Amino acid sequence: MTIIEAPSVGVWDESRIRGDFPILARTVREGRRLVYLDSAATSQKPRSVLDAERRYYETANAAVHRGAHQLAEEATEAYEGSRARIAAFVGARPDDVVFTRNATEGLNLVAYAFSNATAKSIHGAVLPDGGARFVLAPGDEIVVTEMEHHANLVPWQELCAKTGAVLRWIPITDEGRLDLASMDSILGPRTKVVSFTHQSNLLGTINDVGALSRAARAVGALVVLDACQSIPHQAVDIPSLDVDAVAWSGHKMLGPTGIGCLWLRPEVAEAMTPFITGGSMIETVTMAESTFAAPPTRFEAGVPMVAQAVGLAAACDYLDELGMAEIAAHEQRLTRRVLDGLARTTGVRVIGPTDSHSRGSAVSFVVEGIHPHDLGQVLDDRGVAVRVGHHCAWPTCRRMGVPATTRVSPYLYNDDSDIDAFLAALDDSRAFFGVA
Amino acid sequence: MDVDALYQEIILDHYRNPVGKGLREPFAAEVHHVNPTCGDEIDLRVTLGRDESGHTMIDDISYDGQGCSISQASASVLHDLVVGKSEQEALAIEGAFHEMISSRGRTEPDEDVLGDGAAFAGVAKYPARVKCALLSWMAFKDALLQAHASEGTALTAFDAEPDNGRNPQ
Ligand SMILES: Cc1ncc(COP(=O)(O)O)c(C=O)c1O
Repeated sequence: MTIIEAPSVGVWDESRIRGDFPILARTVREGRRLVYLDSAATSQKPRSVLDAERRYYETANAAVHRGAHQLAEEATEAYEGSRARIAAFVGARPDDVVFTRNATEGLNLVAYAFSNATAKSIHGAVLPDGGARFVLAPGDEIVVTEMEHHANLVPWQELCAKTGAVLRWIPITDEGRLDLASMDSILGPRTKVVSFTHQSNLLGTINDVGALSRAARAVGALVVLDACQSIPHQAVDIPSLDVDAVAWSGHKMLGPTGIGCLWLRPEVAEAMTPFITGGSMIETVTMAESTFAAPPTRFEAGVPMVAQAVGLAAACDYLDELGMAEIAAHEQRLTRRVLDGLARTTGVRVIGPTDSHSRGSAVSFVVEGIHPHDLGQVLDDRGVAVRVGHHCAWPTCRRMGVPATTRVSPYLYNDDSDIDAFLAALDDSRAFFGVA
Repeated sequence: MDVDALYQEIILDHYRNPVGKGLREPFAAEVHHVNPTCGDEIDLRVTLGRDESGHTMIDDISYDGQGCSISQASASVLHDLVVGKSEQEALAIEGAFHEMISSRGRTEPDEDVLGDGAAFAGVAKYPARVKCALLSWMAFKDALLQAHASEGTALTAFDAEPDNGRNPQ
């Protein structure tokens, strides 16, 4: 069936890329062409990813790391081969990448390493070597930012509630950038974790990882990066970032749902207490107690998501064939078009940076006189799929003084005609609600 | 175009000129409800009274909130339809509204019961908007329950013989 040929270098063939994504050929709402601008929520999948998953199920399906038969061997190879492929995509070693269900689970895995170590230490249980840094005392501090997705906020709130640690956050400016000047007064000797997003899913802001990690290192804190919105959109070389943990989701980078990754610095991973326990993650088990396998196995209890790993590896192939630099450049052109169009539209306020420097393709905005939910409905009627609401970043909305926003988030399969269709539908909506 | 069926002029009118908006005193109970998927919020109070035969009456529903046209208009229609009715009638209207909205478009609205509320029939075809339309109505039911809980009485519909002076034990 379809085999992707490498695109000819330097040529961005929009219609061919679009053709690789079967879903983009469907119509919505009474025969409208689908204009999919909700990729920050989840991306669509190219045929090569779907084929890879199907091929795995048709030829090699078995439970990995178990069983003495040929299929089990091949499934294990497919799984571990996918891990190696995905790790290479972010410049990492295969053993440093843990498969999780999604970024949310990866972030919870890190938060639970703290609460589990803290709970165990109270009862004198043995922690892995170096595990003491995961034991929190009341008054210890965890620092996040005011632009976090709930996935990188709620797990830390819960950790604080369980341990008596205190949550602090780096505020954002009116423009929607981190107020880094305030960092000195927020980070201190009791800061144990600094966890922040690489790229905001609501504001589009790209954060300066180096500045944050330097400040975190200076106080000896663990550095956690939410790379959900960066890894799908720009080349990210994890080892060159000075961080300890990086979480992201497969489904936002052309991969299947049900798989995410958590990169862990090896010495940090070694020191971490497991999150979910059970089969496959153990070393020895007796009736009374168990010891655990080395990472990444320690963090992958139960039969894992093999087909999804295979699909995600195929997604990495697809992205690399197009080239992450080319993808980023293409998105930047589209983002410019969105921002220019919004700037020309009366009554629109962009929530987040309006220059294209250090910002991604997710653009949030509000329209005077039209609630985002109503706007989204009329856009949908024109075939334009966007997201409305607080985008799982409710505190960020509050900070920016809006109850909700409308967000467009183009990706590699969008083109100028999609942006123009969105802008035209936006004009229609303003006429529809009588605010034109 | 389907959105025309969704955004009936009646709905947009209620949205632009809501009936009974604003929080008022006194009240028997106050609730705060949110729609966590889109951030719509409502504060709603009920004020109860009795008619000559001792039936519980909805003397007032006062509310304030923010949200999309569907959620805001629906609060206005709730006020319009229910204030001045007996609790029993109010619950019947609530039931009919709820049924229409949850029917995925299969139930024809009874305009005699629902009045302006019948204009929300189009919402039933948009599953994502059902919660918007029901926000104020759920808040209303919750407020009623809380009012009764604090008075130690039962909701009318659950009374065998409503409000005949006996306290259900
Ligand atoms: C910045 C950011 N972090 C975390 C997440 C959570 O991702 P998932 O829902 O795939 O776990 C998202 C997804 O919406 C996101 O945009």
